[in-house]
Amino acid sequence: MTEKRELRVKPIVNGTVIDHISGGQALNVLKILGISSRSKYVVSVLMNVPSGEMKGKDVVKIENRELDPEELDSIALIAPKATINIIRNYEVVGKHRVVLPKEVSGIVRCGNPNCISNTNEPVASRFMVEPAGEEVQLRCSYCEFVIDQDIADHLL
Amino acid sequence: MNFTRKHIISTKDFSRDELDFILNRAERLEPNARSGSRLLDGRIVATLFYEPSTRTRLSFDTAVKRMGGTTVGFDSASSSSTVKGETLADTIRIIESYADAIVLRHSKEGAARMASEISRVPVINAGDGAGHHPTQTLLDLYTMRKECKKPISDLNVAIVGDLKYGRTVHSLAYALSLYDAQLSFVSPEGLKMPASIINYMKRKGIDIVETSVLADALSKADVLYMTRIQKERFPDPAEYQKVAGSYSITMKGLEGVKDDLIIMHPLPRVDEIAPEVDASKHARYFQQSFYGVPVRMAVLSLLMGVEV
Repeated sequence: MTEKRELRVKPIVNGTVIDHISGGQALNVLKILGISSRSKYVVSVLMNVPSGEMKGKDVVKIENRELDPEELDSIALIAPKATINIIRNYEVVGKHRVVLPKEVSGIVRCGNPNCISNTNEPVASRFMVEPAGEEVQLRCSYCEFVIDQDIADHLL
Repeated sequence: MNFTRKHIISTKDFSRDELDFILNRAERLEPNARSGSRLLDGRIVATLFYEPSTRTRLSFDTAVKRMGGTTVGFDSASSSSTVKGETLADTIRIIESYADAIVLRHSKEGAARMASEISRVPVINAGDGAGHHPTQTLLDLYTMRKECKKPISDLNVAIVGDLKYGRTVHSLAYALSLYDAQLSFVSPEGLKMPASIINYMKRKGIDIVETSVLADALSKADVLYMTRIQKERFPDPAEYQKVAGSYSITMKGLEGVKDDLIIMHPLPRVDEIAPEVDASKHARYFQQSFYGVPVRMAVLSLLMGVEV
């Protein structure tokens, strides 16, 4: 007898599903996307879901909001394997795998307390995204401070 | 070469060709650094110094005036609108409407980069916190070019002192790596060149020696680049005395060095070079200070589009 596969969260009618998020990073993904408890969308979050190719993945479903896949690329910093599915009337009408952007702005705080981006100046933090072995590192465009681990801890 | 850079923010922005382009221009302008010219007639350069400086501010001021231009500005944050709470961004927006170029020294790293993104007129970084000081590097290279008998690419340069925090040495080491010069880094254990810079050099295949013993590097050096070790880096004053003493240059310590060795120092010096060395054939640090003028004349005239 085959075990019946149970859906943990029901499919959404319209909206965006972000799948294959690295396990435990779903809340950070929402943070990058600016989705908080004050947002009016219905958001479902699944964490540490067993997955064939990944040890445990997170999934985020946002109802009635289609996110621009290009805008979502910045989540690749913490979820490099994430895929974006745009859903209309239960059908996947668009699929996009996140691509590491060359630069990210206003997402991460520079770790150098003496950086101009950590002052009252009207300037958003900006980092160049650089490969570092299999990982990525961020280099501040202003002071050149390098964040090479725990990027999620530096999220604004 | 077509030099299209609008601002001078970090040595790392430059290619070797661009550095040479500026140094060539400095060489052409050097006679004017003593006699004067009218190259910047009617131009105004704003020198905004949020932090104290003697040589850098006065040599920029001299460079502008030797080209017939005038300067406006301030020499401490307390005499600017910062005390009223004005942001640097606002100050830049105002000054760009007064001046043809802005020379900026600020305590925060990245300040000049931010200013360059706001300003419509050229911005020259005259030091941003522990960040960059590109015109110092340019004048250091210019000094080596003028005072050494070999091209920079054939030099063995020993950089001595606080290599961990010193901003001038990081920029200089980077620039010298563009020329494939041989480098010795001499410092106390706790003030070594940051690993990121060492790794970068090694990846590029640059010939590097790291040591804490000055004598190890001295006999092979063509250039001895001394820097100040700051007392505040040592929690124990006795430890400071011990370290500072071991990196102090005296005439006796110079026995056995190459005949053509030149000694440089970005100044101010404290105890690193004994006054008796000033009169030796090796001393070039005061000449180095003077070279700040033609180099800054080159940078200013270049960014303001003056043909030389």
